[in-house]
Amino acid sequence: MADARTDILARIREALKVKAPRPHLRAEPGDPSPSKAGRPWLPDGGETREASLTILAEQLAKLKAVLLRVPDRAAAAKALADLAGAKGWKRVASHSDSLLEEVNAALPCEVWPVSRDFDKRRLEACDAGVTTCECLVAQLGSALVSSRSSGGRALSILPHAHVIVATADQVVPDLADALAKVRAGNGGEMPSMLSFITGPSRTGDIERILVLGAHGPKELHVILIG
Amino acid sequence: MRISLFVPCFVDQLTPRVGVAAAEVLTRLGHEVEFREAQTCCGQPSFNSGQWDVARPAAVRALEVFRGAEAVVGPSGSCVAMMRVFYPQLLEGTPHEAEARDLASRTFEFSEFLVRRLGVEDVGARFAKKVTYHDGCHALRELRLKEEPRRLLRAVKGLELVETEEAESCCGFGGLFSAKFPMISTAMVQVKGGALLRTGADYVVSSDPSCLLQIGGWLSREGKPVLPLHIAEVLARRD
Amino acid sequence: MSDPKSIFLKDAAVTSADAPQRAFIRKALGGYYVNRDLQKARYRDWERARDAAAMAKWSAVNDLAANLEKFTANFERNGGKVHWARDAAEAREIILRLVRQAGAKSIVKSKCMTSEEIHLNDALEAEGFGVVESDLGEFIQQLRKEPPYHFVFPCMHVKREAISELFTQHLGTPPTDSPEELTMIARRHLRQMYVDADVGITGANFLVAETGQISITENEGNARLTAALPRVHIALSGIEKVVASLDDLSVLLPMLATAGAGQPMTCYNTFYSGPKRRDEPDGPEEFHLVLLDNSRTRILADPEQRDSLHCIRCGACLNVCPIFKNIGGLAYGTTYQGPIGSVITPHLRGLKQWNHLSGASSLCGACTDACPVRIDLHHHLLHNRRNAAKENPTWFDRIFHRSFLFVTSRPALFSLGGKAFRAFLPLLKKLPVPYMSAWLKTRDLPEAPAVSFRDQWKKGAGRG
Repeated sequence: MADARTDILARIREALKVKAPRPHLRAEPGDPSPSKAGRPWLPDGGETREASLTILAEQLAKLKAVLLRVPDRAAAAKALADLAGAKGWKRVASHSDSLLEEVNAALPCEVWPVSRDFDKRRLEACDAGVTTCECLVAQLGSALVSSRSSGGRALSILPHAHVIVATADQVVPDLADALAKVRAGNGGEMPSMLSFITGPSRTGDIERILVLGAHGPKELHVILIG
Repeated sequence: MRISLFVPCFVDQLTPRVGVAAAEVLTRLGHEVEFREAQTCCGQPSFNSGQWDVARPAAVRALEVFRGAEAVVGPSGSCVAMMRVFYPQLLEGTPHEAEARDLASRTFEFSEFLVRRLGVEDVGARFAKKVTYHDGCHALRELRLKEEPRRLLRAVKGLELVETEEAESCCGFGGLFSAKFPMISTAMVQVKGGALLRTGADYVVSSDPSCLLQIGGWLSREGKPVLPLHIAEVLARRD
Repeated sequence: MSDPKSIFLKDAAVTSADAPQRAFIRKALGGYYVNRDLQKARYRDWERARDAAAMAKWSAVNDLAANLEKFTANFERNGGKVHWARDAAEAREIILRLVRQAGAKSIVKSKCMTSEEIHLNDALEAEGFGVVESDLGEFIQQLRKEPPYHFVFPCMHVKREAISELFTQHLGTPPTDSPEELTMIARRHLRQMYVDADVGITGANFLVAETGQISITENEGNARLTAALPRVHIALSGIEKVVASLDDLSVLLPMLATAGAGQPMTCYNTFYSGPKRRDEPDGPEEFHLVLLDNSRTRILADPEQRDSLHCIRCGACLNVCPIFKNIGGLAYGTTYQGPIGSVITPHLRGLKQWNHLSGASSLCGACTDACPVRIDLHHHLLHNRRNAAKENPTWFDRIFHRSFLFVTSRPALFSLGGKAFRAFLPLLKKLPVPYMSAWLKTRDLPEAPAVSFRDQWKKGAGRG
């Protein structure tokens, strides 16, 4: 008996010998690439940097994420320290990064850096995770984090709050731009995890009523520099 | 224009006044209306039941009946959708396919014909009542008619048009579905009927006599004061 | 009387008569309609975006073999391992073997309808493996020992009081009527599970051929945790989930969220391409993907309904379906409820046994209008009905429709028959006439007119 892979691929090839009609489209696609053809019809991500920043701020607000715009790294460090103080955070987890080193410097509590094979329980007990990101997507209010640039997989999901520190030049208009940036930035090997985070964790599973912080962070703060 | 009237079989037998009203409106607009007496049923009940080999001869009969007609106009979104959308599919790959496509291009739902083909909105009707309009699903989604009947109703003198909440939801008729799955069909008309009653309208108007059979049948059983009325009947009124 | 159709008729009769429960479901969906419309309004052209999404899936499905081979090569280059399963039994066997090899003591799972399709939890539990559903809705359904009610909103039919009672009984927590508190109870309980589990099982929403990544869509963060903390990550996916390029997701991810849940984007859309890399601090050591056929190639072999493999499982068709809203998700008796379930279940489980779901539709078409990838859903219900009538004709249907055709092919006979029908209608209403008596249980029929349209026409009616 042939192995399952051979069998399934043979079934597929046999099935595809008969062509299927195209879907009933409303208009002929202007571009032969389906994804490029869709881009002009998706939500707007802004034509200019300022427009993108405005859309990003609106989207984050609707998502119940908190956006803090600051002029420079020093102001970012102060904003983060104020936040930690106001929330009464005792221990914050972070990862090694030159930007974060400066921004975390003023924190009034313990800063615990995740390292290889860190203790999961210890991370779970942290009040917040502070990470950088690959980019921010204005169109949808999303932040793209990765296992390479944001301290692995758990740091941005396990602690009770998540703080993303980003610079204004990291804001891209739409999802297609974000994906292009990822591809260009990572060359041959993608990080093992890339995650678009769009607002704090949420669920509507009980009577379709929105509750924040289902399993992931209850709070999402974005500190945007510049 | 010479217009060939397409009167669905159950309108012919159960609500002939709808066919009479449609003919009256078209005649008043100065058109010559004919009724080809060889017509009976378009075959939709069999088609929807999966009996395509039974529906096919019915469709071929309809092609013969309406051969040469300049415009075929029917006061039913559902039966017109059968001819326009489903005949070409049903007869695909048969010698009748080309004629089915040709008939499809000459067949119109009543309100569609008035607004899109004749460019008429005010037919000179007067009907001083509060009405709400029910979209039949075939008219709405197979024929993409939404504004046409509303424009006609808005032009009726004295008529107040109010919208029903969730206007686009189905009344639960669905042909034989209403009798094969009566409990689901009834649940659907309860929802629809409740929304219609909340409008406070005197009449529920539709371009689909089959929806009116379902909605009217439920309203009557429940002893509700709202009455079903076909749009052709409204447009024929001068009171 | 335990065939699927009899069970369906019995269950649907009960649920469709439960007015308070139907009102509860309608109310629960109310917020969805508002949010969906708000999000759709942000699209510069929703209809043309649907065109693009439909074409992305159409081109992927119609080049499925090449896309799967490319995906597999890239996935394995990234360090993962692909396992192919012809059917549910093979998929269960593969996963059991992987779980045994991992020496698993506890397994945590995120939402995966494909695992419901193959009854994975039963198989794992039969072998003594404890498995915990981590999606809140699935967790609640697991405690209730009930399948998901809706494949995106698994426990939307359960009231908060029942959930509170369930948690008190199983977790020993005090009663509460706050959805927030109930969610926090589940959160606290499940956090330990992620930390302790050796194996995490997830589904996949998309497989990207170009990069070998799998994409997982969720709101709660439970899939993120499931794929972050355990030592082994096993993903299970149908073969139809593959798309050609990463760019396709720039269209499909927002549309999935908007159509299915009325969101701009779901909270977490995560691409995985392999186990933990050397320069990363955490993540699983092993990453396996089980690719399942389980009759999908049968749908593929039907070009007329091949587009039902475009489905991205957003649930939009359920949310707008008047049948779903009135009979509820459990009455279907299927893994996939609603219009898409009625279309594909006959292919997955047999047309003869499951065609009744295609019959149980008014063909209103709300589903087709709602589908972000333009699956011709309500017309496929007609196609299933046609195929069933051809494969398994019933004598009643044959006689009924043939007789009807005999009469309607002869205008004089039709006219005469109509006259007789109208004359005897008052009597017929009192007799057990098929179809008519079912109608008359809840609805009236109008009084029959004395003269038909055709006879009035002969006398000059309608011409001024």
